Amino acid sequence: MNEYPRMKPGSQPEFLSPGYKSTIVRAPLRPLIALPHTLSELTGPVYGHNPIGPTDNDLTLHFAEPPQGERIIVAGRILDEDGKGVPNAMVELWQANAAGRYQHKRDNHPAPLDPNFLGAGRMITDQDGNYRFVTIKPGAYPWRNHHNAWRPAHIHFSLFGTAFVSRLVTQMYFPNDPLLQLDPVLHSVRDKDAQERLVSQFDLSMTEPEWALGYRFDIVLRGRKATPFEEHGK
Amino acid sequence: MNLTPSASQTVGPFFHYALTTNAALGILAGEGAQGERLRLVFRVVDGEGAPTPADSMIELWQADAHGRYGHALDSQSCNADPNFCGFGRLETDSNGTCIFETVKPGSCGGLQAPHINVAVFARGLLKQLHTRVYFDGEALNANDPVLALVPEDRRTTLMAKPTPGQANTWSIEIRLQGEAETVFFDL
Repeated sequence: MNEYPRMKPGSQPEFLSPGYKSTIVRAPLRPLIALPHTLSELTGPVYGHNPIGPTDNDLTLHFAEPPQGERIIVAGRILDEDGKGVPNAMVELWQANAAGRYQHKRDNHPAPLDPNFLGAGRMITDQDGNYRFVTIKPGAYPWRNHHNAWRPAHIHFSLFGTAFVSRLVTQMYFPNDPLLQLDPVLHSVRDKDAQERLVSQFDLSMTEPEWALGYRFDIVLRGRKATPFEEHGK
Repeated sequence: MNLTPSASQTVGPFFHYALTTNAALGILAGEGAQGERLRLVFRVVDGEGAPTPADSMIELWQADAHGRYGHALDSQSCNADPNFCGFGRLETDSNGTCIFETVKPGSCGGLQAPHINVAVFARGLLKQLHTRVYFDGEALNANDPVLALVPEDRRTTLMAKPTPGQANTWSIEIRLQGEAETVFFDL
């Protein structure tokens, strides 16, 4: 059984990143123990238990009226470390509304809720690893991490690849956002290239005339030389 | 091509309405699942000993009662228990607690003691923490190759223990930091 390559130093955030205050009492302080990859790590859920609805990848269609805000298309490919598309990968996302407020009972930012926007979507990648969502551009919001702290606009992504090792939760940012330079969450990743890969690209070819701007966001999951995927019909 | 995996970012405090709306993901052992059924109680505690107040999430990945993973890489996957789902996911409540209904996994690969693979996500965790749950008192623990990598005095942090007074219930604390910090693995 082939082990997956180990993570490149600096390409992932450190657990303890004091600029992001909540890490101070939550980051483990003892060294992690390196675990050889066994069947337990190299297998993972074949995600089928949450049925996907036909509009789950269009967050603007979940209510009778369209949500407030700037309609956008967010699409890209889920790739492995060989650059091969990951088919049948579960992509889940969630975000704040156009005013920077989450539809969540503990978000008390005094910005308006939008009765026509929940802000959660999901889909499965196609055979080439492609995904595509329609949503609205989320707003920036204050988060009390430090004085005058604002999160840049972002969309949360959750992904399942071929193995439990390739599980990833990350955030997608938008290009040319002045808040990116100030964000301790993004800057918990030390490698500048790795930071930049979390920023989506405006893409005119994905943009639909008279309808919505397109942003491309590719995500690389751990894993190489994927084993052939076999269907075991249930 | 040689691409670098994308960087992880925290799940943040507001993931619930996207990730944990399906409470059925707390039930791995469906009706008719083979093996010893059990309730597995997690409690997540931060470095100050305070429970993570409803902003952490636990994911499980485990083999069935015969040690088989429902995944193509496991040569036994065709025979995996159809009434058992190896994946579980729950948010913690205001006490930092969540409870899964599952079965005790079998030994997989012949060598490893029964164990459940765990990923912990939370506000304040920039990437998930990986750990394992073993079963206190299990004879196979003595020869488990992963436990052998863990200093003896820390192995107890990986051991679920029977909950006194509650039949078929096992409990484990995930201590993110500090005294008796849980052993976390670098995958």
